[in-house]
Amino acid sequence: MSVLTGRAPRGALLLTLPAIAVLLLVMAVPFGVIVLRSFAEPVPGLANYVWFFQTPVNLTVLARTFTIAFWVTACCVLVAYPYAFAMSIAGPRLRLALIMCVLVPFWVSGVVRTLAWVILLQDSGVINRILLALGFEKVRLIRTQLGVTIGMTQVLLPFMIMPLYAVMRGIDLRLLQAARSLGAHPVKSFFQIYLPLSLPGVFAGATLVFILSLGFYITPLLLGGPQSTMLSTLIQQQVLSLLSWGRGGAMGVVLLVATFGVLALAGPFMRRSYQISGGSR
Amino acid sequence: MTGFRPGRLLLQLSCLLIAIWLVAPTLVVIPMSFADRKSLAFPPQGFSTQWYANFFSNPQWFGSLVVSLKIAAMVAVVATVIGTMAAIGIERLKTRAGGIIRVVLLTPMIVPGVVLAVGIYAVYLDTRLVGTWTGYVLAHTLLAIPFVVIAVGANLAVFDERLETAAASLGASRLTTFFTVTLPLILPGILSGALFAFVTSFDEVIVSLFITSPQLKTLPVQIFSSMTRDADPTVAAVGSLIFLATTLIIGLGLIIGLRRRGA
Repeated sequence: MSVLTGRAPRGALLLTLPAIAVLLLVMAVPFGVIVLRSFAEPVPGLANYVWFFQTPVNLTVLARTFTIAFWVTACCVLVAYPYAFAMSIAGPRLRLALIMCVLVPFWVSGVVRTLAWVILLQDSGVINRILLALGFEKVRLIRTQLGVTIGMTQVLLPFMIMPLYAVMRGIDLRLLQAARSLGAHPVKSFFQIYLPLSLPGVFAGATLVFILSLGFYITPLLLGGPQSTMLSTLIQQQVLSLLSWGRGGAMGVVLLVATFGVLALAGPFMRRSYQISGGSR
Repeated sequence: MTGFRPGRLLLQLSCLLIAIWLVAPTLVVIPMSFADRKSLAFPPQGFSTQWYANFFSNPQWFGSLVVSLKIAAMVAVVATVIGTMAAIGIERLKTRAGGIIRVVLLTPMIVPGVVLAVGIYAVYLDTRLVGTWTGYVLAHTLLAIPFVVIAVGANLAVFDERLETAAASLGASRLTTFFTVTLPLILPGILSGALFAFVTSFDEVIVSLFITSPQLKTLPVQIFSSMTRDADPTVAAVGSLIFLATTLIIGLGLIIGLRRRGA
């Protein structure tokens, strides 16, 4: 009997128990409390949810949260695709440099990276100085939706590049050579062979970035203004400023449902694209 | 792919721009940290190291660094032990149940931070855990476990189980087998899991913002409140130090990894 091959599933289950206990105590119970309070405070019933869906401001913020998440995801796909492709075909030294460029910002805390964007985007910041020097007019970036989108895209980009790279690394480039030797134009062989094979990576990365964008808090809070508030900020205001646990809880439940809803919707797509690629894993 | 020159050039150019866009924005904190006036206007006028001096001499700043390092070290130990146990358990189950447990253990990575933070805050208010070491370590451990499960799981996936059978057939007990055969072989995964756990805790800000107290404050919370309060270049000095430490650690890790693979 060994630790890994032992035939005692009960022992194996026991090993996972401490992790599950932490998950229950620090995630499941807190979520349960939020759901409970959203239905129970200040009076039992659906009042908080009726309020949420009947207040125009809330609906505007909800729609904006999805819009920003969509644009951030789209930008991430467009930027990450060529980069991950280059990583997958580069030689070892260049690949190391490209990986460093992804990992260093990924590991430097999000707060520090957001601070950098505050310095860059502020009205007298670097970007506006460059624009002025080039003869353009000043653009309002900080406290706008555009500024939030730029900052979030850069912070979330590693989450798009890494899954994409993992899939692209496994694609056999000889398929492209075969297509070319059979007379296919490089553009055609890219769209008919490479792109479909890389789609699982695109779906995995896009789903991850979209979900993380929906719940983003620090970057929109520091880079955004009243006109670019996202759902997370609204939840924090309800709970910490207005001490309205019921309404804040209802908003939290809406955000949770949205997150897992997107995940459930994306699941079948990810599986289908895996089948198209012919891979079994 | 010799006939592909224009496309290749375009690819190289766009990758260069993306690489700059990934790294350069963070670099602005370095010149900013040497500003001589209390302002975040860029480029800074003059030169001074007063913000670094302020960071190391001001108890608000240096104290929060010490708190963050202590919490991160505790989280690294707790999350690595719990996460490694879970990863081994999942690998041994080899059934649907194992897969489900794995997915469930990874959820803390994707749940919206503020919802989690509000929930934890509610529970901590009732259990008097707000602003306590236990409170921080528990919350950060939850967020760090997924990284350990992934890192150790990846290592276990390439681990040859026949080695354990061989050890057992030679009369080694299960514990001896684990400590002399299994553990040394999955040690790289455990170490990288521990590093991930440390960094996850050290960087965590959303939950910490809710469960913080004036007496026990972590560094990211201190940075965040300083940024929302005034334009103090000390945040840039801290940011530069974190950036430098991160680059050194990752660079060394990658180079050692590459050397070992080459050898």
